[in-house]
Amino acid sequence: MQKLIASVVSRLVISVPYLWMLIFFLIPFIIVFKISLSQVTMAIPPYTPTIDIWAGWQGFINSISQFSWDNYVFLGSDPLYVKAYISSVIIAGISTFLTLLVGYPIAYGMARAPATVRSTLLMLVILPFWTSFLIRVYAWIGILKPEGLLNQFLIWANVIDTPLNILNTNTAVLIGIVYSYLPFLVLPIYSTLEKMDYSLVEAAEDLGCPPITAFWKITFPLSLPGVVAGCFLVFIPAVGEFVIPDLLGGSETLMIGKTLWNEFSANRDWPLSSAVAVVLLALLVVPIVLFQRSEAKAQESEK
Amino acid sequence: MKSLGSFRRKFAPWNDPEAKPYISFENVTKKFGDFTAVDDLSLTIYNREFFALLGASGCGKSTLLRMLAGFEEPTSGRILLDGQDLRGIPPYKRPVNMMFQSYALFPHMTVEGNIAFGLRQDGMPKNEIEARVAEMLKLVKLEQFAKRKPHQLSGGQRQRVALARCVAKRPKVLLLDEPLGALDKKLREETQFELMDLQMKLGLTFVVVTHDQEEAMTMADRIAVMDKGKVKQVATPAEVYEAPNSKFVADFIGNVNMFEGTVSTVVPGKVDINVPADKITIRTDATRDCSAGQPVGFAIRPEKIRLSRKEPADTSINAAHGELYDIAYFGDMTVFHVRLESGRIIKAASLNAVRTVDNPLGYDDMVWVNFDTDAGILLTA
Amino acid sequence: MNTTWSRFNIVSLVIGFAFLYLPIVLLVVFSFNESRLVTVWAGFSTKWYVSLFNNKSFIDAAWVTIRVGLISATVATILGTLGALALTRYTRFRGRMLFSAMIYAPLVMPEVITGLSLLLLFVAIGFDRGIWTVTLAHITFTMCFVAVVVQSRLVTFDRSLEEAAMDLGATPVTTFFKVTLPVILPAVVSGWMLAFTLSLDDLVISSFTSGPGATTLPMRIYSQVRLGVTPEINAACTILIAIVAVGVVIASVANKRREVQKARDEQAAARH
Repeated sequence: MQKLIASVVSRLVISVPYLWMLIFFLIPFIIVFKISLSQVTMAIPPYTPTIDIWAGWQGFINSISQFSWDNYVFLGSDPLYVKAYISSVIIAGISTFLTLLVGYPIAYGMARAPATVRSTLLMLVILPFWTSFLIRVYAWIGILKPEGLLNQFLIWANVIDTPLNILNTNTAVLIGIVYSYLPFLVLPIYSTLEKMDYSLVEAAEDLGCPPITAFWKITFPLSLPGVVAGCFLVFIPAVGEFVIPDLLGGSETLMIGKTLWNEFSANRDWPLSSAVAVVLLALLVVPIVLFQRSEAKAQESEK
Repeated sequence: MKSLGSFRRKFAPWNDPEAKPYISFENVTKKFGDFTAVDDLSLTIYNREFFALLGASGCGKSTLLRMLAGFEEPTSGRILLDGQDLRGIPPYKRPVNMMFQSYALFPHMTVEGNIAFGLRQDGMPKNEIEARVAEMLKLVKLEQFAKRKPHQLSGGQRQRVALARCVAKRPKVLLLDEPLGALDKKLREETQFELMDLQMKLGLTFVVVTHDQEEAMTMADRIAVMDKGKVKQVATPAEVYEAPNSKFVADFIGNVNMFEGTVSTVVPGKVDINVPADKITIRTDATRDCSAGQPVGFAIRPEKIRLSRKEPADTSINAAHGELYDIAYFGDMTVFHVRLESGRIIKAASLNAVRTVDNPLGYDDMVWVNFDTDAGILLTA
Repeated sequence: MNTTWSRFNIVSLVIGFAFLYLPIVLLVVFSFNESRLVTVWAGFSTKWYVSLFNNKSFIDAAWVTIRVGLISATVATILGTLGALALTRYTRFRGRMLFSAMIYAPLVMPEVITGLSLLLLFVAIGFDRGIWTVTLAHITFTMCFVAVVVQSRLVTFDRSLEEAAMDLGATPVTTFFKVTLPVILPAVVSGWMLAFTLSLDDLVISSFTSGPGATTLPMRIYSQVRLGVTPEINAACTILIAIVAVGVVIASVANKRREVQKARDEQAAARH
């Protein structure tokens, strides 16, 4: 009897969250894929064929026969989409690199700070992460505007005499991504650096390594797991970023997240935006799998 | 062979053919995948016995304990407790309690809460729980720490809470997994005696797992020496030390000089062993049957060996000549390392019974090593 | 561990934190600006807060956001904790690979994809979009964050505590509620807080999955921002920042005090 209860309980523990994720995460993707093979119509829902689950097997076969790859052919032939994908990856790549340049020294400084202030510094890095993403992006509009605070400051300091045009350019998008995703990169690097045994560096210096060399030969290689995890955490969501290019970018900014949103809300072309999503996902599958691998490895080593 | 066992007290049910075993492992095997942790093991433990499972890590002693507690089920064989087959009974229904190596004190509960936990599971009335907790706190001398949380206690105090918690339910058997492992040396010695007193006072059966032979020797009525999932010998501490049944046990317990040779002659009551490697002949009491030509081992403890500058009367048996190579002074005793001509090092220990000795043995002295025919053990396994 | 400040570390920390905090500080400062312009200081005023509180659409959106946040964070915490248990305790069950993939993927999945796919699900099954669809969507993506937070605590959990409880007569279910849950509770609570803030902040997934009458505060702010920058938005942002900052600061100060107390107790105990 007790055994029976235990097995029922363990089944519930697994199946409840499992089913939830199946219904609300996996099945929706299948639906997205299905709709990407449909045609746009002026109806509700605005695509055809629709699978009517009540139409039975024959209905299912009928709608399958109407599926077409037209949307994908269109995506491949229209340079706008190809460019948007490429430019998303490039912008995400550059901004990941910039985030690493800004974030690594912060993580390093935190990990080497006196133990008493370390937890306070950690809280200070996490705090902006808890405040709204939208607010943080919004804050930059006031700073980067032609008549904004940055230009006012630079003119006052006599660095420039005509305002720089930063808002609504790719530069603004890069600044926005670096700023918004900085904590995602700092935290994993900090946690690997903080766990690192500092006597390793001392041993290297004792064996004749100057501090800079000791950093590149000891500290940096040991912090790589954190660097890799952090870079994935910035790169993957940045490729599909929508809010930042929408608010900070301009007409020159081509990013696939924004394109998807426009197709979906302005053009109401659901099948095409589904196809855009499927291709974006296909693009991200490799980094996502790599990210999961590195997370699983990190967990194994913790045990 | 005469038992050396009953010297500690008159308690020796294992010598009584009428006595009924309290716990018995019958041909128990436990496999984890391809790894056999416990291999076709049979063992009996008697009521009110203080029983120690001794062995190196990975020998299967903890697995045996966890099977008794119910955290693992045997792959085959059965375990009986007081006549009842334990198979299929979950840990929370077994009348045994375990003291964990890490103590496993619940960090979110006070000392009182920890001790009362098991009693509450049994649905004992509140006032009885209070009385029992008070009694337990008194037993382990922690009355003034009742309201503390585990992290507010020292290591020794945590150990006593863990003990009180598993004794509180008055289990039939108390299982202790390396009970003194986390304590420092001095505290460990004190606690050994406390545990023994407690066991006598409560009249419980204790099964303790340890890798520390001194701990097992001091506390246990009987010791099971384990290796690779099998029991090598079950005997009293004195028997295990003075009459090991195999080279493994002789080597595992205490210090020993081990010789390998062949039986040359068997005279009534005595056996002569030829040790060609060290060019010596050993004559020993024939405690085991053997015949001429049979390869055997001979083990002798350092304290059973005599050293002298003077040549013994008979140098043909149980004697060897060598140079004093190392001297380790321990205060209460001194251990000498003698290098024989063959290069072999013999360990000999002598008790420092007097404060000063005239002309003590020194480095590089040439000495004779010799011993009596009843000093060592003949080993055929 | 060396515990001295080097000049390089101080400079990188000062610049880093200035970069992190300056935009937020400026945003807060200009919410008190007298002028309609958010970039030219014209004197102190709280009038934008007054006008914000008279703006019914903002207040309504705030209520929707809080309701969605409370419900989704609570359900996500339960589901996420179960998910974490499944991942750490049951190392082999059919489809475990798929399960762990479904838990980790939403952490990095671009929100446009998650949002679009959930919307299409709701359309396909004919579920009218509104506050409930937003709540379901939020449960789905926040439970993964909860699962990861709780899982990292469970990995270091000393299993002998549970064995001790069962050895003392507690059934597995009692053991879970009396020993496991209390010990991992801090992680579960921070999982809830994380889920709540993520739900509070979310714009993209909400925009996809919400329907008429279910406008959340970020959606409201976003549509205002697209029309232009106004001090009123600054005021709304400042209030949100204040709420979150106060919550996080209280939580971490309490946490720190507990740790200091624990360290002191341990030192005192060692002296016995």
